[in-house]
Amino acid sequence: MLYLKDRGFQHAQASEITPREVYEQRRSLLKALALGAGGAALSTWAARDARAEGPARSTPLPGKRSAVAGALVLDKPTSLDDVTSYNNFYEFGTDKADPARRAGSLQTRPWTVAVEGAIRKPKVYDLDELLRLAPMEERVYRLRCVEGWSMVIPWVGYSLSELIRRLEPTGDAKFVEFTTLADPKQMPALNSRVLSWPYVEGLRMDEAMHPLTLLAFGLYGEVLPHQNGAPLRLAVPWKYGFKSGKSLVKIRFTDKQPATSWNRSAPHEYGFYSNVNPNVDHPRWSQAKERRIGEDGLFARKRPTLMFNGYEAQVGQLYAGMDLVNQF
Amino acid sequence: MPGAGPLLLHPAAKPIALLASLLPLAWLVAAAFTDQLGPNPAEALIRSTGDWTLRFLCLTLAVSPLRQWAGLPALLRFRRLLGLCAFFYGCVHFASYAWLDKDLVPADIWHDILKRPFILVGSAALLGMLPLALTSFNRAIKALGGRRWQALHRMVYAVALLGLLHFYWMRSAKNNVAEVAVYGAVIAVLLGWRLARRWRGPSPA
Repeated sequence: MLYLKDRGFQHAQASEITPREVYEQRRSLLKALALGAGGAALSTWAARDARAEGPARSTPLPGKRSAVAGALVLDKPTSLDDVTSYNNFYEFGTDKADPARRAGSLQTRPWTVAVEGAIRKPKVYDLDELLRLAPMEERVYRLRCVEGWSMVIPWVGYSLSELIRRLEPTGDAKFVEFTTLADPKQMPALNSRVLSWPYVEGLRMDEAMHPLTLLAFGLYGEVLPHQNGAPLRLAVPWKYGFKSGKSLVKIRFTDKQPATSWNRSAPHEYGFYSNVNPNVDHPRWSQAKERRIGEDGLFARKRPTLMFNGYEAQVGQLYAGMDLVNQF
Repeated sequence: MPGAGPLLLHPAAKPIALLASLLPLAWLVAAAFTDQLGPNPAEALIRSTGDWTLRFLCLTLAVSPLRQWAGLPALLRFRRLLGLCAFFYGCVHFASYAWLDKDLVPADIWHDILKRPFILVGSAALLGMLPLALTSFNRAIKALGGRRWQALHRMVYAVALLGLLHFYWMRSAKNNVAEVAVYGAVIAVLLGWRLARRWRGPSPA
């Protein structure tokens, strides 16, 4: 820290401090060197992407620690490096490394979000307006991908309910449909036929109003990196990751259950609810266990997946009396 | 490439081919121990060993057509090596699945195989390679007799198709089949060449 007469104390921003994971990598580098020149050559080759990205870091987006029940899990957060280099964002390619490599072309300013449907106050929000709409909170959520891996991510944002309340939904607002950006000029993989674009997701109104349903604008105290769904996305921690749409451009309130992208593509494999449930397997793989990225590597066992991803105490009552096997 | 013939017959050619075939495994092991397999090393290991199984199957199937197209009959010397490598990578693929995905719990592996068609098909492909690997040495060929041995080893065509189906079903969960199409095209050409040869009647080759 540095004391300057005209500005008071100057200290490093959180983003400038070398994360523990990074400085601890010195050891693995030394290990690689110990393995001989071959190992060292391999490690520089493998690090080429990291070097290509350069030191440019994001803009700070601080948030106060959330007071919402269940919003701060105690699990060890996944390293920023893993959170930003292992992504499913098919608009930029189907490989997990594609979004980090190719999402640089995403233009996050200017950005608007159209809010419409069964509400009294339809409107096109500018991003800046949404950023100021409610106080930013930091929330540490587990993220469980339908593919069987998981992370722990410190998001920055506020409850989606903060926005919904201001829109004054009518009695017809039973569901919320989220549409994400589909612009072939910014997204190189939209010509693939993996899904029909734009990507559409949806929630039941009570799910959307649940305080844990987060409208996220940042992670690790900075604005969202492009590959994580900049400039704003959803984070619904008790559902499989694909339910949380990235780079949102439209939010529509309706009386019918929205036709969501993965459900339309493979209705027997991806249900509308897609709550994390270790007892209901995906037809092609078991959902009983998961691999925590960065922790459950080659030499550690997978860990058991928790009902509603560990958020049963907070969200279990939303599904009371529902048959979770058929309504998966 | 008529100049390549003598090189293929060189006494060192086979050991070099064997070493080259083991390079992918060496790379994967080195990468695993230096933490270079990315954020999900287990998945990377399972998937790459599967990729290499399919690649060696394609290489094995490419020997006969290449002998004709390139005029290199000496390529036959490498077919057994390539086929055994396909089996070897298949075994490593299954072992890494059993270990990293199923924690080596026999009941879990068994249930997974029975419950999930794509794993059943992959296991069948591996099992189909077993008798071929077991009868790959010269004395087995003599004991079986050339004709019967050849009939048995035609099973490799079924193995290739099952392997392809395994890959397709795995990827189609996310409609991500572009890469599968590449392997499909290669296998279609290699098997198509054999069908075409059959239709044209017995050839001297």
